[in-house]
Amino acid sequence: MNTIEEIERERIAERTKQRPIPEFAPGDTLRVKVKVVEGSRERIQAFEGVCIGRRNRGLNSSFTMRKISYGEGVERVFPLYSPRIEAIELVRRGDVRRAKLYYLRGLAGKRARIAEKTTGAKGKAAARDRAAAAKASGAKARTGKRA
Amino acid sequence: MRCGIIAQKLGMTRVFSADGDHVPVTVLRMDACQVVATRTLERDGYTAVQVGVGRAKVKNVTKPMRGHFAKARVEPKRKLAAFRVSPDALLEVGATISPDHFVAGQYVDVAGTSIGKGFAGAMKRHNFSGLGASHGVSLSHRAMGSTGQCQDPGKVFKGKKMPGHMGARRVTVQNLEVVEIDNDRGVIFVKGGVPGAKGGYVLVTDAKKRPLPEGAPYPGVVAAGEPDEAAPAEEASEAAADGPTEGDDPGAAGEPGEKA
Repeated sequence: MNTIEEIERERIAERTKQRPIPEFAPGDTLRVKVKVVEGSRERIQAFEGVCIGRRNRGLNSSFTMRKISYGEGVERVFPLYSPRIEAIELVRRGDVRRAKLYYLRGLAGKRARIAEKTTGAKGKAAARDRAAAAKASGAKARTGKRA
Repeated sequence: MRCGIIAQKLGMTRVFSADGDHVPVTVLRMDACQVVATRTLERDGYTAVQVGVGRAKVKNVTKPMRGHFAKARVEPKRKLAAFRVSPDALLEVGATISPDHFVAGQYVDVAGTSIGKGFAGAMKRHNFSGLGASHGVSLSHRAMGSTGQCQDPGKVFKGKKMPGHMGARRVTVQNLEVVEIDNDRGVIFVKGGVPGAKGGYVLVTDAKKRPLPEGAPYPGVVAAGEPDEAAPAEEASEAAADGPTEGDDPGAAGEPGEKA
C-alpha cells in the first residue's frame, strides 16, 4: 500500500477511536462541539445547524455547516478529524436529494426547511436512532417509577 | 557541517498538532540511505560524503558503477549525491543514515528539481499582468507588452524577462521545519511544500541559516541492525566481515560529543 495512505489510515483510526463520528449526510441537523481557546481558558462552544455538504478526502475530509444566527446566515467548514472538535451529535436526519445543499443559501424562513427522513436507508437509520432513544428513555422512565 | 541526505518525495498530507492546529506536511522517505564514498583531506584536499538512496536493479547499473558500489559494499543505489561536510562530520563508508539523523523541530533546506512547465509565456513565467481583457484590446490578451524604450537605448536590455522554458531546474527551499520523524517507515515529515513531483528525489540538509538544535546527533546516526540490512546482498560473508568496522562507529559518534 501507498505509505501516505497507510499513515492517513492509521491516523484516522486513532482519531475515530478518540472521538467516534456518527453516520451523517447532507441535510442532517448536527450539533458540533468545538473547543475554543480564550486567553488561557478553554471552553466548548456548540454549533448547531444543517450539514450542507461533505468532502471526503481521507484524513483531509471536511464538512460544511450552515445555520441562521440572529437573522444572519452563518456557514462554517469543519475538518472532520480535527482534534478541536470535541464531539459531533446527530440531532435529526433530513430528507434531501442533493449532495451539496447550496440552494439553501438563497432561501430563508419556511422555504429553507428540510423534511425529516423517514424512508429508505437513511430512514431506517433514523428509525433505529429513535428506537434506541425510546429504549433509553423508557429504561429511564421505568427506573424513575421504581424510585 | 553535517552530512545531508537524499529522500524521495512521496506527497503531501496533514498532521494535527497537540493543540489542534493542522500542519500541512510533505512526506519524504529515506529508503536505504547509505554512505557510498567519502572524500578526505589527505587524499582529495576536501571533505565530503557521497550518499546513495533507493535500490537499483543490478542489470541496469553500469559496470563501472557496480565496481563503485562493490567497493563500498553497498547494494546498488538509484540516486547518488555528494555533500560537503566538516572534517569531524565524516561518516563511515557503508553506514546507513536513518531518519533519526534529524530531530523534530529542527529546520532543514530541501533542494529538488522543480516540475517542468515547458515553454511558458511571460504571464506564467514572470507573473506579468498581461494585457486588458477589453477596452479595445484584440487578439493579444496574454502578451508581455513592451520590451523597452525607443531609439535611445535602441536595444532590448540583457536579462529582460521574456517567455521561455520554465521549471525542471534545481530549486532550494530554505528553513522548512521538521514536524515529525517516523523511523519505522523511514519517513520524515517536513512542514510545507518541497520542489519536484511525487516520486522525485530531493536533497535534505540542515538549514544553512539556522543553528543546529542541541539534540541533533553529530556527525550522524547509524541505524542499528545495519549489518542485517547489508546481508541480503550477494556478499553475505562480506557483510559479516563488515560487522566489526561498523561496531566502531558508535565510538566515533561519541568523540565529537565529548568535544562539545
